[in-house]
Amino acid sequence: MKTFALCAALLTGLSVNIAQADSETVNNLLQDYATQGVISTDEKQGEQLWQKTFKHDGEFTERSCTSCHTNDLTAAGKHVKTGKVIKPMAPSSNAERFTDSKKVEKWFKRNCLWTMDRECTAQEKANFLSYLNKKIKF
Amino acid sequence: MKSTLAITAVIFTVGFVTLPVVWGDDDFNWREIEEYKRRTNDVSAITNPVYKEECGSCHIAYPPGLLPARSWNKVMINLEDHFGDNAEVDAKTYRIITKFLLTNSADKSDYRRSKKINQSIHFSDLPVRISETPYFKHKHDEIPARLVSANSKVNSFSQCDACHANAEQGSFNEHDIRIPGYGRWDD
Repeated sequence: MKTFALCAALLTGLSVNIAQADSETVNNLLQDYATQGVISTDEKQGEQLWQKTFKHDGEFTERSCTSCHTNDLTAAGKHVKTGKVIKPMAPSSNAERFTDSKKVEKWFKRNCLWTMDRECTAQEKANFLSYLNKKIKF
Repeated sequence: MKSTLAITAVIFTVGFVTLPVVWGDDDFNWREIEEYKRRTNDVSAITNPVYKEECGSCHIAYPPGLLPARSWNKVMINLEDHFGDNAEVDAKTYRIITKFLLTNSADKSDYRRSKKINQSIHFSDLPVRISETPYFKHKHDEIPARLVSANSKVNSFSQCDACHANAEQGSFNEHDIRIPGYGRWDD
């Protein structure tokens, strides 16, 4: 029983550490968005935009974040065109997620352009982050 | 006559005595022979980590020896619309990737398959897809659509690694081909 308690304590400590490491990058990003006028984040709006479908001409006429990332943030996705596997979005399933702000911004730019034909606003990115990061389950 | 014999004997003796030294030399190793075999068959492997990371996250990192420099140039000047995706990178990354592609392109490579690909392309043509090159088309002309475009595990010829497991290592050996749901492919 003692061993169990010790293990549990160790695991909790470890998890908290990982969670903190993850949220540091997210916090920095959110601070950056704050300087661009974002005063609050909205998980619900983040989720709605994540699942919203956008119409396009030509290839892939209906596009959504879920086209490649699927509806399950804890599952691996698949690039809709090339079939390349995309690691899960949820930090609980993929510890690398949201640990490099340059990378986060790079993919926001590319994927917002592909999905919506325009870049995301700071508010939209903040909402996305709060939605995706909410999925941390330690 | 006697002296000729003696000299010959000396040459042979020295030759035999030094043979183990030559074999034991670091210059002579099996890895080099393997490398030579690859050179005579394949294209160079991807050695640049930036290229691998930046260009290998949406699709396989295509070995640069699969297209000539002029083709890579055309791909690189249009990253804003990269086959329908935005694939822009920052200036530093751009320089690293471009340099890697241009110095290892099919027309600069001494790997056999790269040479063949390059030779198959007419000098006035500017293919931006590997699958558009005559060499590629010739090599894949007997493969029916049901094994590629109609095969959900392959989807398209652009996914080299679906059948060529070692594509990113520059290896397209025919004996290593495994088509998902079909198996080996023997020409």
